[in-house]
Amino acid sequence: MPLLDVDEMLDTERIVVCCGSGGVGKTTTAAALALRAAERGRVVVVLTIDPARRLAQSLGLTALDNTPCEVAGVDVSAGGRLDAMMLDMKRTFDEIVLAHSTPERAQALLANPFYQSLSSSFSGTQEYMAMEKLGQLDATGEWDLIVVDTPPTRSALDFLDAPSRLGTFLDGRLLRVLLAPAKAGGRAYARVLGAGLGMFTRVITKVLGAQLLTDLSQFVAALETMFGGFRARAEETYRLLGDPGTSFVVVAAPEAAALREASYFVDRLDAEGMPLAGLVVNRMHHSDATALTVERSLAAAENLDEHREHPLAAAVLRIHAERVRLASREARLRERFTSAHPDTALVEVEALSEDVHDLAGLREIGHALARDERLEQAG
Amino acid sequence: MAAAGRTSTVEHVSGKRTVTEGRAGDDADGTGGGLDDSDAVERGDGFDGPWDRRLHIVTGKGGTGKTTVAGALAVALATGGRRVLLTEVEGRQQIAQLFDTPPLPYQERKVASAPGGGEVFALAIDADEALLEYLEMFYNLRRAGKALGRIGAVDFATTVAPGVRDVLLTGKVKEAVNRPDGTRPSGLAYDAVVLDAPPTGRITRFLNVSAEVAGLAKMGPIRAQADSVMAVLRPERAAVHLVTLLEEMPVQETVDGVAELARVGLPLGGVIVNMARPPLLKVKESRLARRGELDREEIAAGIKEAGLEPTPDLVEALAWEAAQHADRVALETAERAEIAALGRPVYEVPLVADGVDLGTVYRFAELLRAQQMVA
Repeated sequence: MPLLDVDEMLDTERIVVCCGSGGVGKTTTAAALALRAAERGRVVVVLTIDPARRLAQSLGLTALDNTPCEVAGVDVSAGGRLDAMMLDMKRTFDEIVLAHSTPERAQALLANPFYQSLSSSFSGTQEYMAMEKLGQLDATGEWDLIVVDTPPTRSALDFLDAPSRLGTFLDGRLLRVLLAPAKAGGRAYARVLGAGLGMFTRVITKVLGAQLLTDLSQFVAALETMFGGFRARAEETYRLLGDPGTSFVVVAAPEAAALREASYFVDRLDAEGMPLAGLVVNRMHHSDATALTVERSLAAAENLDEHREHPLAAAVLRIHAERVRLASREARLRERFTSAHPDTALVEVEALSEDVHDLAGLREIGHALARDERLEQAG
Repeated sequence: MAAAGRTSTVEHVSGKRTVTEGRAGDDADGTGGGLDDSDAVERGDGFDGPWDRRLHIVTGKGGTGKTTVAGALAVALATGGRRVLLTEVEGRQQIAQLFDTPPLPYQERKVASAPGGGEVFALAIDADEALLEYLEMFYNLRRAGKALGRIGAVDFATTVAPGVRDVLLTGKVKEAVNRPDGTRPSGLAYDAVVLDAPPTGRITRFLNVSAEVAGLAKMGPIRAQADSVMAVLRPERAAVHLVTLLEEMPVQETVDGVAELARVGLPLGGVIVNMARPPLLKVKESRLARRGELDREEIAAGIKEAGLEPTPDLVEALAWEAAQHADRVALETAERAEIAALGRPVYEVPLVADGVDLGTVYRFAELLRAQQMVA
């Protein structure tokens, strides 16, 4: 199993994308990587999606302002800098609309209930807007490195699919059907459907209601002007992700479900020809005394309890047994992953007993990611 | 430490509830239980009985073990001979994995038995299938629905208009809750339905379907369907339970989730703390352990007494592990106070060091019953 060379990646890449299922420490990993790169001398921006409140505060992210701000407290002696921003999905979408449309059309679209629904809650919008923002940040050329956190999607795979799904929708046959009346009169429905116009409108009206149909055609008509723009941008960002300057870091926790997702994701990136740097397994537990097995440790504790002697030693032995049990399960899960993906570079990060919510904590994670924990202990 | 800056909320605790007080480490007898029912029953919100609702909605942040708890709750509800339906809506086949069965089709099938002749059925609800079923049921339009599928209309309705998608998913759950069955004593197909719901961050939008489709459909069948879903989501019929870990992010999401659910008037249930670590050290020892000042000589003497070789390395490793444990317990204690301050009934299930399997589901079901989450 190769080891992930985090510093090499942080020193040379232009874009690092952190992905993985929800609740595995993705945002923290992204922030720790970005901080480490900045303190190694690069000008870095980290794009976060939904950071924990106090982590956000430590990064100076007190408001969703959708533009990067410099993070205070970063060691800039190596010539680097860290900026951070939190994605405002709806605002990003609104900005695209405003940039790609006439003011009147833009206003009509922004007021349309379908647009409001799509821009604030479409399951792919957040992913798509994260990609859009990444493209925008990259286009400015202001940063050496952009670290992107990805949305907490129900499945890590949504992240790759979302841009194309939105694209498919915008480009789809349904849309053309709905646009058809404006262009060629009602007969277009029948042609596209290969069935009667009556059935189509009957079903749509029954399911959705007439008002909804009106809003929908307005929405579609307004959106049509921006078609080309959307498609082109989605494709451009997708290309950017496949560039040599980009690395994907898959983040997981030592849980069966999270590692299963990680496994799918690694395979998927491979299939798409996307550059995978490696897997980060957060929250691993280890023991320095594995020679003392769970069984012997528990037996010893029981022995002491029976004689009502040395309660502290008994408690410590029980704590040890629980830790070894946890550590060996985690090791087993990780081994299952590595045997299925022997070529995927990997780094383990020891579980911290407290939450990370300041730069010192992020620095510590950075040390663990780069495996210079000896140095950290010395300091 | 983790609770810094948040102590203001802890003040509510003493007046309101005592669920978690005294958990911090005075459980010194080493049994490590900490889950006896006596302390989980007291509630500060006037509701004092088990949750005998027809619909139980289980939400929680990703990674908190929402599906495991939903499965355990279904088994707990089924215990004693009832029939319970466990549903999921996110297309992840988590129920099948939990119960060690092949992927679930869009069809209810029995996945487990519960003590006392109970049965747990499961269903993975798929929005596209639900739409076709809806068209067939109300308009006899399954064929037309399929034609719409070919041009992407179903895809549109179920994916792009998320409000519509959620109406279809919750509509199917509602249908199962209300489904009659004259052959059963209750007259209903299921005595209870448990929904393994979307995560806390999305739960309010997901359930508050009427408001979500209000902008899209002011009247018409979708609106009517949404309103009938809301009728099931009344406090006497349904409860939304939140699963959390005793860590900052999940607790923060739980606190936010409770506030949000309350704001829109959705029926709040209990909070289930998962993966709790029972404290194994006494309060004083905990304090010493965290400062790295545990009595090494006493540990060494005890280990020797128990017949093990007390090398300095071993003693040091054990003291470090004890410090990690004490840190973790202290963090959990602080987070537990945040949860207690919500004033909701709290239930706890422990960390399973060996990993969750089907046995865990049954064990957790017993624990939830022992804590009187269900009768």
